[in-house]
Amino acid sequence: MFIVKYIKEVWGAVRSLLKGMRMTGYYFTHHKEIITQQYPDNKAILNLPERFKGEVVMPHNENNEHACTGCTACELACPNGTIKVITKFEIMPDGKKKKAIDKLVYHLELCTMCNLCIIACPTDAIKMAQTFEHSVFDRNQLTKILNNPGSKIREGVE
Amino acid sequence: MWSLSKITDTIQNWLNQTFNPTWALIFEMLIVGVCVISLFAILGLILVLMERKVSAWMQIRLGPNRVGPKGMFQSLADTVKLLVKEGLTPGGADKLLFNLAPFVAMIVAMLLMAPIAFAKDFQMWDLNIGVLYVSAISSVSVIGILMAGWASNNKYSLLGAMRSGAQIVSYELSAGLSALAIVVLTGSLSVSDIIYSQADGWWIFKGHIPAIIAFVTFIIAVTAETNRAPFDLAEAESELTAGFHTEYSGMKFALFFLAEYVNVFIVCAIGATLFLGGWMPFHIGNWQGFNHVMDFIPSSIWFFGKTFFLIFVIMWFRWTFPRLRIDQLLNLEWKYLLPISMINLLLITAMAILKWHF
Repeated sequence: MFIVKYIKEVWGAVRSLLKGMRMTGYYFTHHKEIITQQYPDNKAILNLPERFKGEVVMPHNENNEHACTGCTACELACPNGTIKVITKFEIMPDGKKKKAIDKLVYHLELCTMCNLCIIACPTDAIKMAQTFEHSVFDRNQLTKILNNPGSKIREGVE
Repeated sequence: MWSLSKITDTIQNWLNQTFNPTWALIFEMLIVGVCVISLFAILGLILVLMERKVSAWMQIRLGPNRVGPKGMFQSLADTVKLLVKEGLTPGGADKLLFNLAPFVAMIVAMLLMAPIAFAKDFQMWDLNIGVLYVSAISSVSVIGILMAGWASNNKYSLLGAMRSGAQIVSYELSAGLSALAIVVLTGSLSVSDIIYSQADGWWIFKGHIPAIIAFVTFIIAVTAETNRAPFDLAEAESELTAGFHTEYSGMKFALFFLAEYVNVFIVCAIGATLFLGGWMPFHIGNWQGFNHVMDFIPSSIWFFGKTFFLIFVIMWFRWTFPRLRIDQLLNLEWKYLLPISMINLLLITAMAILKWHF
């Protein structure tokens, strides 16, 4: 019947509006839910979310070894040419030539933090760091070489 | 006991003793004018800060917290900023109407102050058609908005103004009908009569469910009438930039802004007067002891407490609900609020005739 439908509609509308007001009313009275971070003031206790992405880094272990094989999967995955892998050939002790990275060049100024390179990397050689204070006076400083000078590939990473 | 009406009586007696009646009247008018303007300024400052804090807390933010202790001087700093800004008039605009419009909006808000009772016997003008006066004057505010939209020579402004016209014309009806419900129960249009009729309980309690329905429709309708979200189609930042005040800047913009907040205050004061007893303390029927205890709280605190509660509710609406589309807006009024408030008025009339209310 028309009138029943009409009243049901009004009732449903009122109920859903009250539901929304209950939510905002809860936030209004519970100030501990506030997610604003007063950044320069709270530098010491800065609490970044787990999925926050700041820049791409390549972790090295204590022997200055990384896990990058120079496969260029990250370079191919990058949508805007942020990463350039410059490879070289190393002569192994048994006389074989092996491909390794010379430099992994990372252009922070081009990076959109899309995370595709991290997903593409087969050996988890690169990861996202949570640093975010990136401003510098010269843009050349934003072009970074991720592998440390003199670093080698870790044993057992193929 | 200390009361505002005693102060006004003292001032009036002193003026009448010192000057002849004509000059005494002129001085009284001046004093009232100064009081209204300063009340406007204070209301603007308080309500802007309140809105920003309420919105921030409802959106899990902090809100203004830098200027002064806990950000208390934020709206003062905003005012200074607006004062030093240039009040630009666009080249293609109609100069006279463009510059007149903010003052029309402001004067309408000022006129609406007249019949409001701020405390016991503290009222500028207790005219016997107070409710009618309020609903008549508040519909003039659309002229200020239309003037601003038309004179700006800007399509956004014109669209916003036209929407606002459609909105105010339609929502006036249900606001008026809800106010009429209380007029029917009281049998008087005078604001002071309405308040005194609530001495044994506020109408929202005395009038059973129909009074509550009238209250809810009144609040929805006045939210629409003051062009606030979810009915802010006239401004609609995300689609019309700022609607009718797109072209305004500096103090002329601030006047529109202030007029909006003062209008909110006034409609909430009217709502508090009609449904929550204005300055009348919380009384329950014949409980003499309880009523006497409640009388110790000054009437001005009752009035401002109720008004600010209603303002908070309207802010709560604004920061919870998304904006309606224009067809949804008109549907809500013509298909839902108007029939409901008409049937409700019929019920209340039957109730008033049969004396079913307390």
